[in-house]
Amino acid sequence: MTLSMPSSTLLLSKELPTLRYTSTRDRFDDTWGAPLSTLLGLGRAAGADFIEFFLERDNYISCLAEDDAITSISPRLSTGAGVRVFRKQADCYVSTNDLSFSGLKAALEKALAIMGLHLPGPNAFVPEINLEPLRDYATLRGKEHWLADCSSMREMGDVLLVANTKLNTKAKHVQSRRASYFRDWQEVLVAASDGTFARDIRLTQSVGYSLLCADGAHRSSISKRLGSTGQPQFLRNWDYDASAEEVAESAGVMLYADYVESGSYPIIMANQFGGVIFHEACGHLLETTQIERKTTPFADKKETKIAHESLTAWDEGLSTDAFGTIDMDDEGMPAQRTLLIENGILKNFLADRAGAARTGHPRTGSGRRQSYAFAAASRMRNTYIAPGDYAIDELFASIDKGIYCKKMGGGSVGATGQFNFAVDEAYLIENGKITKPLKGATLIGEAKEIMNRISMCSNDLGLAAGFCGSVSGSIYVTVGQPHIKVDAITVGGR
Amino acid sequence: MTDITKLVEQTRSIAHQLGINKFDISGSSIDETSVQVDEGEPKQVKASNRSAIMVRVWNADKTVGVATTTDLDPSGIELALKTAHEASEFGVKDNAPDFSPESTAPISHHLEETAPQAPVDQLIETLIKAEKELTAAHPAIKGVPYNGLAQRDIDRFYLNSEGAARQEAHSYASIYLYSKTEEDGKKPRSAGAFRVSPSVTRLDVEGCLKEAAEKTISHLNYEKVKTGKYRVVFSPDAFLSLLGAFSNLFNAQSILDNQSLSTADSLGSQLASPLLSVYDDALHPDNVGGETFDGEGTPTRRIPLITEGVLSNFLHSAGTAKRMGAQPTGHAGIGSKVSVSPHFFHVMPGTSTEQTYSLDTAENVIFVDDLQALHAGVQSLQGSFSLPFDGWLVNRGKRISIESATVAGDFREVLKSIIFVEPNAEFTGSGVCPRIWIDSLSITGE
Repeated sequence: MTLSMPSSTLLLSKELPTLRYTSTRDRFDDTWGAPLSTLLGLGRAAGADFIEFFLERDNYISCLAEDDAITSISPRLSTGAGVRVFRKQADCYVSTNDLSFSGLKAALEKALAIMGLHLPGPNAFVPEINLEPLRDYATLRGKEHWLADCSSMREMGDVLLVANTKLNTKAKHVQSRRASYFRDWQEVLVAASDGTFARDIRLTQSVGYSLLCADGAHRSSISKRLGSTGQPQFLRNWDYDASAEEVAESAGVMLYADYVESGSYPIIMANQFGGVIFHEACGHLLETTQIERKTTPFADKKETKIAHESLTAWDEGLSTDAFGTIDMDDEGMPAQRTLLIENGILKNFLADRAGAARTGHPRTGSGRRQSYAFAAASRMRNTYIAPGDYAIDELFASIDKGIYCKKMGGGSVGATGQFNFAVDEAYLIENGKITKPLKGATLIGEAKEIMNRISMCSNDLGLAAGFCGSVSGSIYVTVGQPHIKVDAITVGGR
Repeated sequence: MTDITKLVEQTRSIAHQLGINKFDISGSSIDETSVQVDEGEPKQVKASNRSAIMVRVWNADKTVGVATTTDLDPSGIELALKTAHEASEFGVKDNAPDFSPESTAPISHHLEETAPQAPVDQLIETLIKAEKELTAAHPAIKGVPYNGLAQRDIDRFYLNSEGAARQEAHSYASIYLYSKTEEDGKKPRSAGAFRVSPSVTRLDVEGCLKEAAEKTISHLNYEKVKTGKYRVVFSPDAFLSLLGAFSNLFNAQSILDNQSLSTADSLGSQLASPLLSVYDDALHPDNVGGETFDGEGTPTRRIPLITEGVLSNFLHSAGTAKRMGAQPTGHAGIGSKVSVSPHFFHVMPGTSTEQTYSLDTAENVIFVDDLQALHAGVQSLQGSFSLPFDGWLVNRGKRISIESATVAGDFREVLKSIIFVEPNAEFTGSGVCPRIWIDSLSITGE
């Protein structure tokens, strides 16, 4: 066998100014392969261990109806790119709005300089980075027409106005009512020095109500949002009648609710958005980002019991149309279904590229970011507790005095594993029965302790759309669970 | 800096071609570098140079549409103008926004010049040194999992088709250090501190380090607190957090939207104890990165919000001021719907009082140092809150860290239950405020 050295075809650094790339301006297609390959080679020639480009084009619009008028339609058009350079375990991320070759090269040069690296001299060869043929999920999965098929501005306004009228007919003591919608269309391209070259289009939409009722000194505010990915018809198919009914009923009940009496209680958390407890109390602590920071108590617990044996939990990017569903993550890796906990045993962590390199846990297609302005990090997608064998009535029957948390607000988890979240709609349980509505409850606890107190899971798994803010910005996620019973938790109130 | 003369000419030319005669633009360009470290090594360095503008377009029917874009070349501006023009068809007809009558008023206040950015190596070296010293401050401190040092240059501008052209630039640098402890038989504890200044060279790294160390060590020995009613002292940071969370009290747009705890008739009412006065002051000398004009080009100014307990002003945009018969106050953010928000709170004592309190002599007082999860635990339209906090139970100056607890109440009752506003104010990132004493609040512990 003989080896040939095709030196005449190799690019010399000094030839860079003569290059003329003609990438398609309004679409990330395979014409972007040549310039990105050159830039990646340039980064390698400078001594970087790994380089990744993330290009993004975003077309976002939001619409708001207040009472009987459309008060806001806000389109946002953004383009940008981020380049990430690794040198050993350290990395640097530089972002820019300039997608021209010179703009991307300037960003690369800045990232290299920060890492103590410099572009090679004029006679240095620029290594060829052999990018894979464009792995184009947008084309493969028929997403090209999504944006055109979404609701127009006029349709958004029409739907929201009709929907907001429904709220007025169903609720009493209305002080203000809002219906809001957004559509986030995003095209992304990832090219990396390991040959990754992948494109995707994401379509995320959300619609919801926010209702404020007041009667004298009594006030209640209830919100409800629905969300989906990949459904251009989403707004057209919104069952606003059912949503209005639900929101109006909750606001009416909560208007005259008493404040919860603080203390330690057994609680039942409703399905769907009740899953925020697992998201906050456990999900974040299974991200490799937390292992890197040494802020998770579960870092060395793989294959050991960290939760009650009744608990199995998943994180995945595959559920059809769910809010956290992605075909590939923001590092170009196909999404997967990741078993987090099986019958109480910790099975896997969620890892992005950097997290995998730094912790040794395999990548799971979980590298996510809000936009090109953020480096990807290990983040959740659709995360939920698997259904159990109990009927809901059995959960209630097991409680003499406790709290039913029907509708959760947001929450957070701190550096020491302490979590908290608000309850928007709660009820007192007495002798297995719901007796009266309660407001003002906050649930607080320790992740390690609470996971062992989830003792009963019913058989009614439900998912709900949510927004998760963390190191790589705000991203779309799904939380979920069946009705679950927590044997004891601190409930803050008055 | 952004060449706004070129931008306005370019926009005017494209708008003319599209048949658009009235428009305005609010935008900014940000150049930022930040570093994080981990055990003496740089962990991640981030840099960015980004620009974005929002254009508003008025159509022949005088309704307004907006669009935001990051693409500032002619084709990007053209697309944004077209999109905004399309959106203008659906703009509100009643009380449609207009240019601020003060968008060309002279501005007498001038910002400091921008500071030169420090080299990345200096940022990393500074942060590594701070991490090392904080870790060495006590054997129980096992790391500084959350840390960061950032510097940012911001160039912002406002211009409109009737000749307004405002531009300003400022710099700021910030550092945060959040350390964590581990000791056998004890739960991990954590605490941190934050500093901001106009430049890296003026950043109080030492003060941040000392505060983070002192707070972290003070939480090493902790106890549960019994559930009940306590006299509560809010730190400046905690009180400003609550004030910000319930700022719909002062927000004219929220009032017009029925999304406020106040009504238009609330001006002049006794909102708080006479011991309290509150201003919003974008031009306060301690306000790092303060802005001299708002998103509509209106000059910012010092506005008294609560004067000796009495609600004395609302915060306005040009539109809310017109509707409520007031003057714009320089608090607008442009958008499809103009928003209103505070800049920088300045909290101070109102009427003088002979009754004073001190943590050195008070008994069984809860000192709330830092409120958490405000996004989850505040019901801003109901007035209530239930929030986890970091703090101490204080007895005659002796502090015992509270393990895990929440503080709950109604903010309007809190304002009326103020029994003491300490004379010495502290600067935090979001304002200037002294410690505030509240007669009684619910604490949930064990």
